Amino acid sequence: MNIQTKRRSDRKHTPKVQMAGLYTRAVRDAFSKLDPRIAVRNPVMFLVWVGTVVTALVTLDPNLFGPVNEQPNQQRLLNGLITVILFFTVWFANFAEAVAEGRGKAQADSLRATRSDTMARKVLPDGSTQSVPSTALRRGEQVQVRVGEIIPADGEVVSGIASVDESAITGESAPVLKQPGTDIASSVTGGTRVISDELLIRITADPGQGFIDRMIALVEGAERRKTPNEIALTVLLTVLTQVFLIVVATLPPLSQYVNSPTTIAILISLLVALIPTTIGGLLSAIGIAGMDRVAQFNVIATSGRAVEACGDVNTLVLDKTGTITLGNRLADELLPVHGHSLDDLATVALASSIFDETPEGRSIAQLAEKLGAKIDFDPDTAEGIEFSARTRMSGINLPDGIEIRKGAVEAIKGFVRSRGGIATPELDAAYERVSKLGGTPLAVCQGNEVFGVIYLKDIVKPGIKERFDQLRRMGVHTIMLTGDNRITASVIAQEAGVDDFIAEATPEDKIDVIRQEQAQGKLVAMTGDGTNDAPALAQANVGLAMNSGTQAAKEAANMVDLDSDPTKLIDLVTIGKQLLITRGALTTFSLANDIAKYFAIIPTIFSAAGIGSLNIMGLKSPQSAILSALIYNALIIPALIPLALQGVAFRPLTADQLLRRNILIYGLGGVIAPFLAIKLIDLIIPFA
Amino acid sequence: MVQGWIQIAGTLLIVLLMTPLLGGYIARVFLGEPTRFDRLFCPLERILYQLSGIRAHATMSGWHYIQAVLISNLVMAVLVFITLMLQGVLPLNPTGLGAPTWDTALHTAISFVTNTNQQHYSGETTFSYFSQVVALGFLFFTSAATGIAVAIAFIRGLTGRPLGNFYVDLTLAITRILLPISLVGAVILVAAGTPETLAAPVVVPTLENPNVQQAIALGPVAHFEIIKDLGENGGGFFGINSAHPFENPNGLTNLIQILAMIAIPTSLIYTYGIFANNRKQAWLVYGMVFGIYLVFIAIAAIAEYQGNPAINTLLGSPQPNLEGKEVRFGWAQSVLYAVTTTGTMCGAVNSMHDSFMPLSGAVQLANLFLQIVWGGQGTGTAYLFAYLILAVFVTGLMVGRTPEFLGRKIEKREVVLTSLLILLVHPIFILIPGAITLAFPEQLAGISNPGFHGLSQVIYEYASAAANNGSGFEGLADSQPAPTGLWWNLSTSVSLLAGRYIPIIALVLLADGMSRKPVVPMTTGTLRTDTGLFTGVTAGVILIMGALTFFPVLALGAIAEYFQIAGGI
Amino acid sequence: MSIFYEVIKALRITLVLWVLVAVLYPLVILGVGQIAFPYQANGSLIKNDRGQVLGSALIGQPFTGDRYFHSRPSTTNYSSADPQNDTAGILKTGVSGASNLAPSNPALLDRIRGKADRDPQKAIAGTLSVLQQAGIQPTADLLYTSGSSLDPHITLEAATAQIDRVAKARGLSPSQLETLIVQNVDGRFLGIFGEPGVAVLRLNLALDKVTP
Repeated sequence: MNIQTKRRSDRKHTPKVQMAGLYTRAVRDAFSKLDPRIAVRNPVMFLVWVGTVVTALVTLDPNLFGPVNEQPNQQRLLNGLITVILFFTVWFANFAEAVAEGRGKAQADSLRATRSDTMARKVLPDGSTQSVPSTALRRGEQVQVRVGEIIPADGEVVSGIASVDESAITGESAPVLKQPGTDIASSVTGGTRVISDELLIRITADPGQGFIDRMIALVEGAERRKTPNEIALTVLLTVLTQVFLIVVATLPPLSQYVNSPTTIAILISLLVALIPTTIGGLLSAIGIAGMDRVAQFNVIATSGRAVEACGDVNTLVLDKTGTITLGNRLADELLPVHGHSLDDLATVALASSIFDETPEGRSIAQLAEKLGAKIDFDPDTAEGIEFSARTRMSGINLPDGIEIRKGAVEAIKGFVRSRGGIATPELDAAYERVSKLGGTPLAVCQGNEVFGVIYLKDIVKPGIKERFDQLRRMGVHTIMLTGDNRITASVIAQEAGVDDFIAEATPEDKIDVIRQEQAQGKLVAMTGDGTNDAPALAQANVGLAMNSGTQAAKEAANMVDLDSDPTKLIDLVTIGKQLLITRGALTTFSLANDIAKYFAIIPTIFSAAGIGSLNIMGLKSPQSAILSALIYNALIIPALIPLALQGVAFRPLTADQLLRRNILIYGLGGVIAPFLAIKLIDLIIPFA
Repeated sequence: MVQGWIQIAGTLLIVLLMTPLLGGYIARVFLGEPTRFDRLFCPLERILYQLSGIRAHATMSGWHYIQAVLISNLVMAVLVFITLMLQGVLPLNPTGLGAPTWDTALHTAISFVTNTNQQHYSGETTFSYFSQVVALGFLFFTSAATGIAVAIAFIRGLTGRPLGNFYVDLTLAITRILLPISLVGAVILVAAGTPETLAAPVVVPTLENPNVQQAIALGPVAHFEIIKDLGENGGGFFGINSAHPFENPNGLTNLIQILAMIAIPTSLIYTYGIFANNRKQAWLVYGMVFGIYLVFIAIAAIAEYQGNPAINTLLGSPQPNLEGKEVRFGWAQSVLYAVTTTGTMCGAVNSMHDSFMPLSGAVQLANLFLQIVWGGQGTGTAYLFAYLILAVFVTGLMVGRTPEFLGRKIEKREVVLTSLLILLVHPIFILIPGAITLAFPEQLAGISNPGFHGLSQVIYEYASAAANNGSGFEGLADSQPAPTGLWWNLSTSVSLLAGRYIPIIALVLLADGMSRKPVVPMTTGTLRTDTGLFTGVTAGVILIMGALTFFPVLALGAIAEYFQIAGGI
Repeated sequence: MSIFYEVIKALRITLVLWVLVAVLYPLVILGVGQIAFPYQANGSLIKNDRGQVLGSALIGQPFTGDRYFHSRPSTTNYSSADPQNDTAGILKTGVSGASNLAPSNPALLDRIRGKADRDPQKAIAGTLSVLQQAGIQPTADLLYTSGSSLDPHITLEAATAQIDRVAKARGLSPSQLETLIVQNVDGRFLGIFGEPGVAVLRLNLALDKVTP
């Protein structure tokens, strides 16, 4: 089952990309890339470019580099044809790159449209406002944005509550609520629109450095740097090109010595056939397309390096909630202890959740109300106690000073003890019962008295176990992080099929586990959204921040998921691997092709040396052999463009299985395919 | 025919049995583990370290190691050059030979210090016993030991260890491996008939016609002979090398020489297996090379056994090609020796490669181009693993990860060094000087065989130099006083130096870099390099990237000659 | 400074190793050879009753007459020369060498088949016709020159092919010669390695002993 196609169907739309005109633009760009200043950046194809110029010259004057035996007109025709084929070889490579870039450019254009300069209402120190162009805004300044207006730049909400339409970036049409204080909901992005109420925003990015600006630069490829693998591969291709340049350049004295001379155009043809033009022509297109595939997944990668790193990831550190289980745990059952009745427990549970706006809190309140519980105080007079990662509990202080808390069982035990109460084995029994069901037990207490345990039911996302199985086969280790206790964590871990888990985890644990894994030489990927995730996101080799997360998280990460779906990390691993596989497959294919090209060209052009018997393909003539090999060499580039852009179909197999499969297709196939194709072209072309 | 194959199979069987023994021993020596000879060698080594001022436990960084290799080799070459030039006034010169020409002495010094021993001279007529024993015999040991030291440093780096100390490894390679085996081997050779004397040549009247006299050249041959082969040196005491009945009198000595040539290059693969704690991979790689070796032997054996069609017509029946071969070796031992000597970069010959059939010549050339069928003293094993690294890089991406070898990522630096090492050096230093020489065949080449074979002669000479082999298609007028001697001495010197030191520098840097890389743990997503599949892939990479480069020169040389002979001369 | 230090270090180790491998090691082997195997160490020289050296058991000699078994063709004529006319200095040092003719070289064919030429200087007799004149059925070893030019052996077939001629010239019975040939065969090592060859010089010396 191909993960990607499965995912693709349910992913949201990328923001309005104008795909029409993509190919027209690519055709035009392919010509402008012929500019030698641009062409020289790709050493392999530049050599073909230079070869084209030389063959063009010997088309005009076949005797330019010394007299040629054959009739000049026949020679001119052959040289002319060679020139045309070589030209198209270069052009096809340019076209491949232009098509790959085109998609990014189209996406950038649509993003740029959202960034159109707006007027912003800047708040001056004296409290009055002044209308300034959005481009004049600097970090730290404050602006007021009203309903219907576009937020002029990235920033944080200082005050106000408003719905914001972020569909320009995320493609998600449902508006998002923005309000100050909370980590996540307080960050706003320039270019999005306020659709209700108004906000006071402190600008956090100077002009041109906002999120959308960075996105544009990224999808457009302006900031594209070659990735480490790409650089290493380019080195290899360049060395191979130099090797074949030497091989061909030293041929004339050798062939002269054995009285089997040849012409410059034929030598250039041989050179072009031997150097790795296929991969050389498609290499940058593969890289750009890889970034583009990530973008189509609605993920913005800050660099190609990050995408590549996804393929190399050894360990995924995943938050349980939202990634492995559905984000919302629901209260399923109340387990009273210490002789308290179910009703008492329900009442206390309801009171503890009055201020709890989380889905869990609401579900507890709902369950309690269903059981007939009511509150007997005025919430306005009570004090809500917010949940914090340190205390791991939340609750309420009633007007009469009664403290009601709910939270992790250990935390509640500690709370009760500090108030002179005791924890009984009965509590532990209830706790264990819930834990063994894979649920999250929340203890509830009033003062120093524990009333019971709430069973929060965790629901593992459907299909997640299969994904982890696939990851395991690919050699990727998964670690689940959860604030749950060990027993709960182990039950969920088993149900979801993760390899390892860390229970009762604090934010510090996240960065520790990443460091530990990295110390063993592993590459680690993780997701995060809160500000306290930022150090871990920065520490991880691949850090995927949720777009709903804070600016700090987004800046620390090297990828941002616009859909804020942490499960995507798994897809990114696949994309990264696919990118590397595509590159490796086309390299192997390109190099394997050389055998056939050698056997097509060498025996025929040196038939005077009596090695005609090596012409095992039985090609018609030296001219036909050369043209056939060159035509194959040129046409294979456009033929492989779809593969380069879409990537080699990825299967979650072990390395050995992948190697066997790909060697068979691209290695062995690369040896055989050109033999068949060149023979076929030789039969078709009317050149004796 | 069958008898010939039995001889070949028997020899190879001994090689297989010998590999784990010697390979294991070498590993113990360089891992510093106790061996049963410690009581004998340790005091000797202590004395050597004391005399030469080596601190035995100081490990070297990459550049320091390279510096030590280059400087020590330079010092040795200079001293040997001076000795050769002073030969006229030095003792042990019973035939009263004067100094060679400066270019011959230079080429010889370079050729021997690089473990090549390409000889643009004939031993008995050019160099005195002193020059041979004291100057050249010295480099026999040190050049071979340099190769072993570099290979060990390379293996250490690859397996994540510090590189070690060049001078210590150099000493250990001599005291623990080369010298002990040479002592035993030389005594067997003497017993089997190889001379070891300081007496002058003997002149006797011939039996049939006493008016005609025969000069029988003698000398301290046996001790020279064994290290010539064991150290992959190959420089014969006599001009005609191991074809000479004194260098190689019979089947026993021939067997010893073949085993000596192949012993260390084969064993070092096993040594790697112990260092990497992965004997399976060692045997797989070993098997791959063994496979190529067998194919090469088979091609050459069939070609020589079938003989020269033109001569067979005159003989009235197909008989083996015995031109340039000795009766006591026949086609089988000649072919086995030729494929082994070109494969192991030894360069000793017991039959004349120039007179081999074209396909045998092609096999010999392929050996020189590839340098891994078993490859030179130490460097061959290193090249083999460089090929493995290249194969990992090319195909490793296909498993969707940055390629790793032994858990270390293969990145730009590694690709630069390996591709330079095994892809670029050879074309530059074989094809370019070859093309220059062939562009001026009259002035520079001095080719003795016309047509396609002449092209092979020239390419062979540079390939032999760049691969540090030393054998030759010896018809070439490459020696003084031929007018082309100067060109050959100087131009091959460039290939000799480049073919030796560029790879050594690259290997040490590669190993140094690898040893510093963090190790990525093995998972099911890691490309395993110790599988049959990957070993097969490596063979494909070797074929496409190593061999195809030289397809044009083989096609225009040996293969064209093959078709020419097949079609009647 | 550090380079200077390195050079000194390299010089020291060079000199130490030099003494070890180029002085001590050869001396040890020389000593063992001369004491334990004096015959082999001095070239396996064959001496007559008076102590005169006749040749080496390992080195061939040229034989072309009817009274002797012919040896293989040699490019240096077995390192032999007329002492009155040794311009090349062969007798000073002794030489070895091969034809180094490629199988495709027309000169190889000419040498074996012979080549007529109006200029008798340029004409080549041809090994084949020489053998045919001597009444020898040609075998490969007798047509092809050896590698060393000093090959002491011919094949059994080549020796057998010469029995009739030598028997006639010496007045011996072919069976006597067959016995002599068998006595002078150098076999394979362990019956496996190498090819058996008839040592021509020793065979011919043995012949002279039978019929001086």
